[in-house]
Amino acid sequence: MGNIFIDAFRQQTPIDFSDEFSRRLIKATQGGLPVSPTPYADIARQLGVSTEAVITRLTQMLEAGAIRRIGAVPNHYALGYRGNGMSVWDVPDDAVDEVGREIAALDFVSHCYQRPRFDDKWPYNLFAMVHGHNRDEVMARIEEMQAMLGDRVCSHDILFSTKILKKTGFRL
Amino acid sequence: MDALDRQIINELQRGFPLVERPFEMLAEQFGTTEATLIEHVQKLLDDGVLSRFGPMYNAEKLGGALTLCALSAPEDQFDNITDKVNSHPEVAHNYARDHSLNMWFVIATDDPERVAEVLADIEHETGCEVLNMPKLTEYFIGLHFAV
Repeated sequence: MGNIFIDAFRQQTPIDFSDEFSRRLIKATQGGLPVSPTPYADIARQLGVSTEAVITRLTQMLEAGAIRRIGAVPNHYALGYRGNGMSVWDVPDDAVDEVGREIAALDFVSHCYQRPRFDDKWPYNLFAMVHGHNRDEVMARIEEMQAMLGDRVCSHDILFSTKILKKTGFRL
Repeated sequence: MDALDRQIINELQRGFPLVERPFEMLAEQFGTTEATLIEHVQKLLDDGVLSRFGPMYNAEKLGGALTLCALSAPEDQFDNITDKVNSHPEVAHNYARDHSLNMWFVIATDDPERVAEVLADIEHETGCEVLNMPKLTEYFIGLHFAV
């Protein structure tokens, strides 16, 4: 019987997070949470709402995927990961989902996306960021990926960044 | 970096509890105290070992749009083109890469219709063709840097 109510609630999704409270909550937390015993209560006090309201809305955003996760992001340079290469692969369209999922599961790959090709200018449709302690380690990992993928990929390349020209990130 | 720091880095990449006293809950799991845990997390942030702590928002699910773009800037105009591309506030990241497509940048907007306008402006201002490579599918799991 209780499930009827749960299903009714779920059917309300996708929840729209463009309301004023959501936007104020995003602005108050997109730069980070307070490192205090009660981070959510601190935010609630700042916004003049209850702690429960903050926790409930953040939970809804997590469930809807509007928040990927709450947690910490290590600075990979500080942890000694100085090699970061954008590997790009030309994979037949009918195999790209299978290959993409396999690549994303590798523990040295952070992001893996399918993107459009551009005829003669850009043949690669699968992008994977590969991390290592240095370039040699990244290259070894690319070879490992090549061995794993075999003839399911037609060609690939690796683009190392030579300079960060801008890094500000997305802000509301 | 001590054992607790490593525990913090490894576990906080996975998630952080959405409860009234999250550090108290984690401290119990880590076999330490709430105060010690908070002190260590603050130090890792101050030292730049952790670059962010909090909710990671997904711009697209909040009505925004993101796309990856690439262009080939002639070497002798590279700095000039960098300035022109970076002058747009919608350009969130920009990297030089060792390829004939030597400039790769991300356009992020809270209005999806702006993406095409910014792209057209950049092509017009730089005289370079911009390849627009929005993601078609995401196979995201997320890097877990084990320490």
